[in-house]
Amino acid sequence: MKKTYSNKLHILIFLLPALILFCGVLIAPIGASLYYSFFNWKGIGPKTFIAFANYKELFTSNSIGFVKALRNSLLLAALSVFLQLPLALALALTLGKKIKGERMFLSVYFMPVLISTVVIGQLWLKIYNPDYGILNVFLRAIGKEDWTRIWLGDKNTALGAVFAPTLWQYVGYHMLLLYAGVKSVPAELREAAMLDGATDRQINRYIVLPYIKPIIRISVIFAVTGSLKSFDLIYVLTNGGPLHATEVPSTLMISMLFLRNRYGMGSTIAVMLILLCFGFALLINAIFKEEE
Amino acid sequence: MRNTSKGARIATYIGLGFWMLVNLFPVYWMFTFSLKNNEEIFGANVVGLPKHWLWSNYTSALKTGHMGVYFLNSTIVAVATILITLAVALMATFALTRLIWKQRRNLNKFFMLGLTIPIHASIVPVYVTLSRLHMLNTYWALIIPYSAFSLSMAILVCTGFMNEIPRELDESACIDGCNIWGIFFRIIVPLMKPAVATVGIYTFLQCWNELMFANIFISKSALKTLPVGVQALSGQYTTEWGPIGAALVLATFPTLLLYIFLSRKIQESFIAGAVKG
Repeated sequence: MKKTYSNKLHILIFLLPALILFCGVLIAPIGASLYYSFFNWKGIGPKTFIAFANYKELFTSNSIGFVKALRNSLLLAALSVFLQLPLALALALTLGKKIKGERMFLSVYFMPVLISTVVIGQLWLKIYNPDYGILNVFLRAIGKEDWTRIWLGDKNTALGAVFAPTLWQYVGYHMLLLYAGVKSVPAELREAAMLDGATDRQINRYIVLPYIKPIIRISVIFAVTGSLKSFDLIYVLTNGGPLHATEVPSTLMISMLFLRNRYGMGSTIAVMLILLCFGFALLINAIFKEEE
Repeated sequence: MRNTSKGARIATYIGLGFWMLVNLFPVYWMFTFSLKNNEEIFGANVVGLPKHWLWSNYTSALKTGHMGVYFLNSTIVAVATILITLAVALMATFALTRLIWKQRRNLNKFFMLGLTIPIHASIVPVYVTLSRLHMLNTYWALIIPYSAFSLSMAILVCTGFMNEIPRELDESACIDGCNIWGIFFRIIVPLMKPAVATVGIYTFLQCWNELMFANIFISKSALKTLPVGVQALSGQYTTEWGPIGAALVLATFPTLLLYIFLSRKIQESFIAGAVKG
């Protein structure tokens, strides 16, 4: 068996499809994106080499507004880490201590993750509709007429209105990961602490949280990189408007590519996104290591 | 919950119940308004059950809204993606866990990079390549990228399961005269059913809901998948909400049906995809 299992041709045959697919669609394009980012290019016709001019323009030009888009997505990341994750953690801790209806709650909370973001976006479009949306209908019904807004069309409320469903949809995802962690805490640890008279709060603080720290780290990484990459809901709800108030790097990238035909600049944004995602992942890992 | 007071317990359940409502209400609202006419949706009956069950919303979504076509397209793309992902991942995992060669650990790490690479990274080059090959507006324009982006997760899950298959099975099959293909197809693949199910479900959910690629690589109406189709439909029916609701329900029910029957398996597949990433 050893002979046929170490046959070079066999190894190649089994690996080749995966290598072609993986390198062709994921690895090579990273290099290609980096390459395009040094050019001024309309997608067709000649490319002009302009070195780092795209990068410089990206960070200095007000008309592109990348800095603002980046700020929006970092704000989303902060809300995600400091609002969405604590809520998910609270749910996971509560469900993790064997309460009645645990499975049912868990399954319902996770459900929004499975629904297409386009569907969720379309639903929230209807919820926010200024005339007939249930949000304004509800506000009128309780006599708060002056609280009603054109939620997605008002520069001051659009960002919040776009972030709310984004944060809502993925609470269940983080909850599920954290719940799996909470469930993996050995029962003996919990029982020993209980015998020593520890309260629920103390058990969570001194036993569960330290135990699930690796999963918290993963959740934080997902929350931050997911926010940097966020696209679907924003595209459906506002597509970056009104007046770029809800622009994030992804929506900006798409409009560079397919509205303005600036392939070089679009690639530059793609490269920045990859760098930011990897950078933040490394940073978060380092912060969690530091704490140990 | 033994050592908590009754008050705290009630507060806990109120909190959990409230959050459950927040999660269920939009879905409930979607189902009900998909069966109402504008008059009910816009004032007469905003949140109640429909007074007249207006199934014609579904016929307009299917016929004039082309939801049937989008549904079929999504199914074709999802099924092809799942098959390709599974075939390629099972083969690669076999080489990565069973076959004997030096760099296999490093190559495994290389494939795991895919768990962190955002799809943004490849959008421009893949678009340019597809357009040069005249493959935009074909099913392949979605199937190939979707398979590639599902690969890392599939290999990750398959590796876990394949390592648990005892190597003695390979040995005895070999002694019985099986060649490498025989071992792979007759011994390993049939034992990988749980992994196949996990990968299949996860891949299905990813491509059923994907918007960015589908939106850019497909512009022909006859080839659009559900997420893009729903977008198009809502532009078409700006004043009539019933058919849009029906379209949203049509796009969602396969996932929800799957979830009702396989909730545990689906949750496991999401955990498996995350914990090592």
